[in-house]
Amino acid sequence: MEENLIKTCLHDRHVKLGAQMSPFGGFDMPIQYKGITEEHNAVRTNVGVFDVSHMGEVRVIGPDAEKYVNHIFVNDVTGAPDGQIFYGMMCKEDGGTVDDLLVYKVNDQEFFLVINASNIAKDFAWIEKNAYGYNVVVTNESDYYGEVAIQGPKAEETVINVLGIPVEDIKFYTFKTFDIDGEKVIVSRTGYTGEDGFEIYGSHDFTRKVWDKLMEAGVQPCGLGCRDTLRFEVGLPLYGDELAEDITPIEASLSMFVKLDKPEFIGKEALAKQKAEGVKRRIVGLELEGNAIPRHGYAVEVNGEQVGEITTGYRSISTGKSVAMAMINKPYDKLGTEVEVRIRKKTFPAKVVKKRFYDKSYKK
Amino acid sequence: MSKIIEGLRYADSHEWVKLEGDIATVGITDYAQHALGNIVYVDMPEVGDEVVAGEDFGAVESVKAASDLISPVSGEVVEINEALEDAPELINEDAFENWIMKVKISDPEAVEGLLDAAAYAKICEE
Repeated sequence: MEENLIKTCLHDRHVKLGAQMSPFGGFDMPIQYKGITEEHNAVRTNVGVFDVSHMGEVRVIGPDAEKYVNHIFVNDVTGAPDGQIFYGMMCKEDGGTVDDLLVYKVNDQEFFLVINASNIAKDFAWIEKNAYGYNVVVTNESDYYGEVAIQGPKAEETVINVLGIPVEDIKFYTFKTFDIDGEKVIVSRTGYTGEDGFEIYGSHDFTRKVWDKLMEAGVQPCGLGCRDTLRFEVGLPLYGDELAEDITPIEASLSMFVKLDKPEFIGKEALAKQKAEGVKRRIVGLELEGNAIPRHGYAVEVNGEQVGEITTGYRSISTGKSVAMAMINKPYDKLGTEVEVRIRKKTFPAKVVKKRFYDKSYKK
Repeated sequence: MSKIIEGLRYADSHEWVKLEGDIATVGITDYAQHALGNIVYVDMPEVGDEVVAGEDFGAVESVKAASDLISPVSGEVVEINEALEDAPELINEDAFENWIMKVKISDPEAVEGLLDAAAYAKICEE
């Protein structure tokens, strides 16, 4: 076993199910149970459940909570209704991305942030440091919460029938808090697969109960392997691939989440300048001719000169095409531009396309 | 438990070799296909390519990742298994039946230096 990997509250379940385990973000996580393809298809056509207890949770409470969240977050939470969820990033002064996250608005004085496992320590240090001068208390609740994601066209009926949680009124990107077994459980209509689905946050005990009920009902357990193929097909970024300390949200083609009309937030000047002047490179989609598969780090070339690099690539399970997201220098980022991808000793022709290889089917 | 066939030769990088005269048929083992999971692409050499023992001659890709194929023999590629171009999953179905390349080897005796079935079985247990 490598280093000191953290085990989630469902770790023993994964081992018992015979999952292939692998380190991810400091955790020992299931990559696949039955097979990435089968699990991917279960989510696209039916329902699957993921252990995402490795995700981090931070609570922000205080009279300045809204003002503070707007200070560290590029999206705008001003005046939002309670129960609303926002996707966005935390950026540094230079616009580079600290992390991408979900912000749950509990009320004007309380927000719940969900951050990436690999960034928990870094993010919490950043969140604490930047809370200076704001009347808020920030608490890292990552050790308390377990989390499962139930995803797929049958997610709603599964949560209602198997777990008995009435989620039919929860709209896309909103959440409700339920009192179940004497504890407060957070249920949101969110996910990372491009399908309808829910994410459920509760204690470790509660999370184990939820998991066991779903297994008893025959819901397909899904590993991080298909979590990546699913998010990739619908063009969602993964921190470490499409986002990083040296990649801004504008370069990641995520500027729709950057609200430059807000009075202030960390990184605003750098991002506003980048948006006004235009970026030198950005994330695009690529579609390859033939069957070779582009992978993270492979070079993208034009006339033998490197003009970019693959950030994520797969043979799309849903469409069968060899596709990728890539960070490409201008002006080669334009739709339809012909480039070549170097795969081992050969290069393969590819074309710049939209970075959505499969249509999302959210229930809004 | 992975299948291992008596009489073939094996490399510790999980390729098998079947020698007939000076022609070596090369594939990956059942253990390898199992470890890789669903195979979605095999990057094969071209007929006429020179391959060198211990060096890569292509790759086999699962959904998740690419793994280099290491040639257990040196020589000239005389045939590739074209069926794998359209149906790479054949390797998952039977890794020993669905070979990858045939090589006219320059030094048949070198094959004797590869592992036998018993020695390879030990590697798979480790």
